[in-house]
Amino acid sequence: MNQDLRREREAASFNPELLTHVLDGSPENTRRRREIENLILNDPDFQHEDLNFLTRSQRYEVAVRKSANMVKKMRDFGIADPEEIMWFKKVHLVNFVEPVGLNYSMFIPTLLNQGTTAQQEKWLLSSKGLQIIGTYAQTEMGHGTHLRGLETTATYDPETQEFILNSPTVTSIKWWPGGLGKTSNHAIVLAQLITKGKCYGLHAFIVPIREIGTHKPLPGITVGDIGPKFGYDEMDNGYLKMDNYRIPRENMLMKYAQVKPDGTYVKPVSNKLTYGTMVFVRSFLVGEAARSLSKACTIAIRYSAVRHQSEIKPGEPEPQILDFQTQQYKLFPLLATAYAFQFVGAYMKETYHRINEDIGHGDLSELPELHALTAGLKAFTSWTTNAAIEACRMACGGHGYSHCSGLPNIYVTFTPTCTFEGENTVMMLQTARFLMKSYDQVHSGKLVCGMVSYLNDLPTQRIQPQQVAVWPTVVDIDSPDSLTEAYKLRAARLVEIAAKNLQNEVIRRESKEVAWNLTSVDLVRASEAHCHYVVVKLFSEKLLKIQDKSIHTVLRNLCLLYCLYGISQKAGDFLQGSIMTESQITQVNQRIKELLTAVRPDAVALVDAFDFKDVTLGSVLGRYDGNVYEHLFEWAKKSPLNKAEVHESYYKHLKPLQSKL
Amino acid sequence: MTQNERYEAAVKRKCHLQTIAKRQGWSEGSPELYYSYRTLSGDLAFSIHTVFLKSLKSLGSEEQIAKWAPLCNDFQIIATYAQTELGHGTYLQGLETEATYDAATQEFVVHSPTMTATKWWPGDLGRSATHALVQAQLICSGARQGMHAFIVPIRSLQDHTPLPGVTVGDIGPKMGFHHIDHGFLRLDHVRIPRENMLSRFAQVLPDGTYLKVGSLQINYLSMVVMRVDLLLGEIIPMLQKACVIAIRYSVIRHQSSLRPSGPEVKILDYQTQQHKLLPQLATVYAFHFLASNLLKFFHSSYSAILNRDFSHLPELHALSAGIKAMVSDLCLQGTELCRRACGGHGYSKLSGLPSLVSRVTASCTYEGENTVLYLQTARFLVKNYLQAHGSLGSTSQIFLPKSIAYLTTPYQARCPAQKAADFLHAKLYTAAWAHVAARLIKDSAHHLQTLMQSGADWDEAWNQSTVLHLQAAKAHCYYISVKNFTETLDKLENEPAIQQVLKRLCDLYALHSILTNSGDFLHDGFLSGTQVDAVRTAYLNLLLLIRKDAILLTDAFDFTDHCLNSALGCYDGNVYERLFHWAQRSPTNTQGNPAYEKYIKPLLQSWRSKL
Repeated sequence: MNQDLRREREAASFNPELLTHVLDGSPENTRRRREIENLILNDPDFQHEDLNFLTRSQRYEVAVRKSANMVKKMRDFGIADPEEIMWFKKVHLVNFVEPVGLNYSMFIPTLLNQGTTAQQEKWLLSSKGLQIIGTYAQTEMGHGTHLRGLETTATYDPETQEFILNSPTVTSIKWWPGGLGKTSNHAIVLAQLITKGKCYGLHAFIVPIREIGTHKPLPGITVGDIGPKFGYDEMDNGYLKMDNYRIPRENMLMKYAQVKPDGTYVKPVSNKLTYGTMVFVRSFLVGEAARSLSKACTIAIRYSAVRHQSEIKPGEPEPQILDFQTQQYKLFPLLATAYAFQFVGAYMKETYHRINEDIGHGDLSELPELHALTAGLKAFTSWTTNAAIEACRMACGGHGYSHCSGLPNIYVTFTPTCTFEGENTVMMLQTARFLMKSYDQVHSGKLVCGMVSYLNDLPTQRIQPQQVAVWPTVVDIDSPDSLTEAYKLRAARLVEIAAKNLQNEVIRRESKEVAWNLTSVDLVRASEAHCHYVVVKLFSEKLLKIQDKSIHTVLRNLCLLYCLYGISQKAGDFLQGSIMTESQITQVNQRIKELLTAVRPDAVALVDAFDFKDVTLGSVLGRYDGNVYEHLFEWAKKSPLNKAEVHESYYKHLKPLQSKL
Repeated sequence: MTQNERYEAAVKRKCHLQTIAKRQGWSEGSPELYYSYRTLSGDLAFSIHTVFLKSLKSLGSEEQIAKWAPLCNDFQIIATYAQTELGHGTYLQGLETEATYDAATQEFVVHSPTMTATKWWPGDLGRSATHALVQAQLICSGARQGMHAFIVPIRSLQDHTPLPGVTVGDIGPKMGFHHIDHGFLRLDHVRIPRENMLSRFAQVLPDGTYLKVGSLQINYLSMVVMRVDLLLGEIIPMLQKACVIAIRYSVIRHQSSLRPSGPEVKILDYQTQQHKLLPQLATVYAFHFLASNLLKFFHSSYSAILNRDFSHLPELHALSAGIKAMVSDLCLQGTELCRRACGGHGYSKLSGLPSLVSRVTASCTYEGENTVLYLQTARFLVKNYLQAHGSLGSTSQIFLPKSIAYLTTPYQARCPAQKAADFLHAKLYTAAWAHVAARLIKDSAHHLQTLMQSGADWDEAWNQSTVLHLQAAKAHCYYISVKNFTETLDKLENEPAIQQVLKRLCDLYALHSILTNSGDFLHDGFLSGTQVDAVRTAYLNLLLLIRKDAILLTDAFDFTDHCLNSALGCYDGNVYERLFHWAQRSPTNTQGNPAYEKYIKPLLQSWRSKL
């Protein structure tokens, strides 16, 4: 092992294994996770060449091969329990995108959520065993997050009891669904339902797209791959165009809404239930943000302990770059963020399961807040993580730009999270809508509960920016609880400002919607402040549950760093709201620097605790053993450009050029 | 295309262009060649060849230039510039490659003593270059004399194979620049003649005597040259293109509606979309003028430096370092923001945006990592501040370079603005930035002094206060860019219409920068909370005004569709047709699907056999 990393690990103040247990939820979870990881990583069928040296088509092929193997293995091992499948796939998917993934993550769940018992009986078995490879086709070329704008139509024909599917315009072509381009033979298509001459809005239909046996597109279907992207080389994101394509009536998913054989439309009871899947996916994405950022931090911090550069004092040996204050200032707040998001992710998962049980008992009361919160948190965590991964990459200097660092891949795989499953700005505005509704409710004398309950205090503790003497002495910058209060005040203030600006615009403009648009920058700011408060709150509450003293100390420092760094970045909000004074902000900045020094000895152990295997990180710079330079050189030699000593373009172009001139 | 194919295509294009240039008589560095690069979006091989030529001209003696420049211009040799090593980057003194003078044969022995000394990253080195300008520690008569540049032949001019003692190859795939063969180079006691050391500012006489002319910083000269060139040639056009694509697409894309039953609205009519894109547009205009003026300053100082007048070098170095850091940082952020502002389609390579992002992002670390560069600027600021204010606190009448003259002007303690409209005065917001920059520089200098008074030595104290220095340098760069934009406007008085529209962009740039750093302005009460609210009001009003001219402001960059290479950003706006058409041409659609035959089919059939 590299000497620097060895010293770092020896000097840590806590045992990273215990922290890993905290992150996994329990020692038992850690054990089980590792067991399955080893099962997969030691399996020769899952071995392949370094993907960085393969073409897109080769990468797709490797991905399909692995998917196929995985299905066979699950069959062989008799893994059928959904929980077990999740375990198995989670490991397998750690740094890997799979073309048949949508079959499990979207096709089957949608079938379960929206299909009748008869429909489930008919389709479920064959899709679970991949006789049917399904995908989920919602987004169109011209329409994304705004669902009502989708143009694909499904017109009911009572004569034949069929639906006729059409893509009437170029913009209505289904675009982006994963696995659609080359892999799938069925798709759940979202289309505007038209029956008896009337449009009833979006509904889901099971549409066969490729012939079983030959895999050729069926007549009336145009389907293909949408071409190269920033990342997701393995994934055949596809397009789908349908021309008077007929499917039987039974292919409409009819658990809620129905079309009778004569064409009569029967309305669903409640539409809130469809929130369920969205909430699940978004809370999963929060966890994804935590994992991606944790990986990036692991790589950047280990490399910064191995890399030596410049000098702090003339004549002394070059120090580890992790000893530079600026490097610590770049990385440690991100490390703190990674931990914060880990805990937020875990909280979201628990809450989802808890609320799901309530829904099972018919209690939908908490769903609107959860829906609003997941939207905002998905946006907040993915925006932050997106910038943070890039910051980690750049903190590795030039080598971060090489694929050997693994960071470009982590980035391009993560960044679509900002736009898929709801574009982030739109998500923030959804949260804002809920905040405004809650604000109005409080204003009309009703109490609100949950994370927004701070709004209840507003009318009594009205915030007046000019009165400097309201809270300044209250904030204790060494107490996570007190800092949580400060974030709460900031959120309350920005929610109130947005609400008032909105009211003013409503009075001045002809319509509510125009007013909403002209306030939307304020509204997004309010949502961000709300989400920031939630993250800070969850992090400080987590501290209470930590038993081990050494772990508690180090996590408390990270929590403080996360809170104070945020204040320093948004100092304007805290000053303007008179939540903190100028001299407190100066103290905050001073305290941040002390915390950097406090975290420094534990930095490597803190990333070790994330417990990523080298294969999972896919990074030469982030290797556990720190032998970076030797492996960098070995890796480069494998580059396709190095296959021949003299490249063929020398004979084709260079030599003639030299003789011509 | 694969990495191999892209490399080959880039070589082919460059060779073809070279033949044309030769026929037309365009020389290296001429506007004609610059325009050709712009047309071809720089997707060409041998870009470092030019860097070699420039370094040669700034560091080489007249005889050396006479000997090597024609060979270079005619492509008799293909040259690269090899500075960065596997284990060492921005910090030049840390480089390990050695050039030891052997007086007996009048040769230098160039050698890579360790694994980390391997040259790593130079463009064109992997497969193409025949010669490299190698930065190495000069050792003569037993003494180490620091970094110097040496011309080292690395590949045979007959058959292109590596010369004896040379190990050279490609460093493997990267995030972008797939067409460039960035390379590694190991030298095992390679001998080159004494004349191959570039000797305008330092020479080794035949007997091994070392002679030096000029300042220590002179080694940075070729880096300064490159930084200044990159701004307009490589970095700023990326954000310009991203703005063109994102803004054009935002008037084609309709999404949701503003009124319950109204039609879907152009997404550029959403305030949040304007708030994302229009500040980027303002920024890229600000940077264009900033870089143009830096270039002018550079040319005037450069000729002085070549005549060994080094008085402008520190200011030039500090300015170019800070501006390069600021421009590349914000161009990256802006380009990425434009990409995400295009929603899902921004993720498709057909939008042209991913390749802009992965290319501009490299500029944050090459030619000096940005944090290191900001700190170089900060060193210059702190040094001058301390000199100007003396240790006694009296402002002595010392002459400060022009760009930091504001450090000695007394500044207002409070901003005089009363209402939102007051913030549309160039003098007012320039003064606001001057105030904040001066305060942050003062604070960082005082913090440094305090640490030293409490016993830390300069170097320790410097490291303990770098976060403050970083903030001070950034504020300084903001001030410079705002001031420069307003001065540019003053020169446009003969073009009132243009002046008016650019004035709005200038206002937007300045106000946006104040809002994103509002804490710094509120901190000492320079702005009150009410004033910050007024800034926000003025800012939001500007968005609506600029919205009207947004398309024309991007058309003015005058990029051809070919050069943008984007299905979303084409001039005619036929976004969706083009997207569909381009996707169908993708190799995944035109070639068969071997994965089906090999894996999908057997998978389906294995299931059936079990049924």
